[in-house]
Amino acid sequence: MTTATQLPEEVLALSARRSYIELNARARATQLLDPGTFRELLGPFDRIESPWLPMQGIVPQSDDGCVVAKGTIDGKPALAIALEGKFQGGSIGEVCGMKMAAALALARQDCECGISTGAVLSLESGGVRLQEANIGELVIAEIYAELIALRQHVPVIVVVAGMTGCFGGMSLAAGLASYVVMTRQARLSMNGPEVIEQEAGIEELDARDRPLIWNICGGAQRYATGLADMLVEDDAAEIAQAVRTLFKKGRPAILRSDPQELYVERLKQLDPAQPWTAEQIRESWKERAR
Amino acid sequence: MSRGRIWFKALSGSNGAQPDGPASLLVADAELGAEKVSYLAVAPDDQARFPRARGGEVGVEEGWYGARALRRIIEADCDRTKRPILTIVDAKSQAYGLREELIGIHLAAAGLIAAYAEARMAGHPVIALIVGRAVSASFLVLCGQANRVLALDDPQVLVHAMYKDAAARITRRTVEELDALGETIVPMAYDIRSFDKLGGLYRLLHVAAPDAPPSESIEHVKSALVDAIADARRGPRDLSSRLDSQGAQQYRKASLAVRAKMAEQWTAL
Repeated sequence: MTTATQLPEEVLALSARRSYIELNARARATQLLDPGTFRELLGPFDRIESPWLPMQGIVPQSDDGCVVAKGTIDGKPALAIALEGKFQGGSIGEVCGMKMAAALALARQDCECGISTGAVLSLESGGVRLQEANIGELVIAEIYAELIALRQHVPVIVVVAGMTGCFGGMSLAAGLASYVVMTRQARLSMNGPEVIEQEAGIEELDARDRPLIWNICGGAQRYATGLADMLVEDDAAEIAQAVRTLFKKGRPAILRSDPQELYVERLKQLDPAQPWTAEQIRESWKERAR
Repeated sequence: MSRGRIWFKALSGSNGAQPDGPASLLVADAELGAEKVSYLAVAPDDQARFPRARGGEVGVEEGWYGARALRRIIEADCDRTKRPILTIVDAKSQAYGLREELIGIHLAAAGLIAAYAEARMAGHPVIALIVGRAVSASFLVLCGQANRVLALDDPQVLVHAMYKDAAARITRRTVEELDALGETIVPMAYDIRSFDKLGGLYRLLHVAAPDAPPSESIEHVKSALVDAIADARRGPRDLSSRLDSQGAQQYRKASLAVRAKMAEQWTAL
């Protein structure tokens, strides 16, 4: 009688893998920086919390769901920002949004002084925080302004790993990024499926149809249609390696948000009166996907 | 006619129709003060190709064609005085549709935002005049990157993250509860005067009959736009006027604290 169990190689590989999705925001930011270089800015002990949530009977969090850290990536100065999808759905309120905008501005100021400082943002967000509505809108506009200014100097990389997904205001931040890294589990979409069903009706989209939703905005589809640059496994080491690889590439020749002529041509060729499938878009766009 | 179209026509003297572009995107050059300016707007078009973008929503066509229009302006002015870019804002929201998501409406919106920001950074005064709705991404896309934002002081003028009924549903509140919250929590209020308190506006304009503006109202708005253009040219090419405003001193104390403390810790490391 034999007792030794022979596990298939892929099972062994899986068991050796450390999930990135299961990491909280602080562990994610730590993971993206070189080992031992994580220095948090405006950490929980600084206790700058949302002034608006307690006024509405909601318990705030001492980092407001956003971890900002300075460190290095491949030995070079870098800024890492990670949103915590488990706090208020990763929503953008005044404090967490301003942490992002202020840190991006400081990285840009360092770039202008000759200290090249790239940025990586691990985004899990349902969009603007409705309890801080209009300040959220203002601060998201400030994040975009700083992101656009910084990407002229250095790569700004967005990682969308899941499982919250990257929606609303932060999906536009991903659109503005120099590079986007996704896992198959991740979703990147302006309007969440529930919102589309609510606004446009179940005949437009059935928010319970999970295969359809991942087909529209999941990492594999976004990568296949050129809306993401890298598709990676849910592996903390692999994701950190992907970020290092993209930093090494430097700034892209053409930013993803810039080829308006290409998209105008694509729009002309599509017929919105017909139903579309994810496969059709993938097939017709694949030759231009980066 | 939508309020956006009324004001676009009143200010630019044009209906903004483009030979090669969607009818929902209005673009026109006009004289204002002593110089040439470009006007832009997104307006309803019941014949729009994309069915989910017929009610004045910012959709994929508005995003990409809008970015193309702005980049043409930036390119045309690269070696001369940067003309002011004036956006007349009355746009319901972003478009909510399956087709839009499939082809990346988030990127179309980002494309237009990037074009506005690049125009601002290149030295174009980027001015938004809110005459109607600027809700959710329609605010972010059309007003977000402007050096100066002006709005009509009128109950139909609305800046918000989400319409009241949807926001009530998602935050599990009643519309009455939301209204009550807006009275004490300024960023949640739905009236434009509350938005003004946050430092989001350069000026709030009192105008008679905003749906059929008489010529003195139009002249009043034009002179405010001229002031905004001059003020934008005097200031830095960023969004600092919002956070440096008196309103922000009172209602965005946390933003200011974050900015100061972040700078302090960043340099200490």
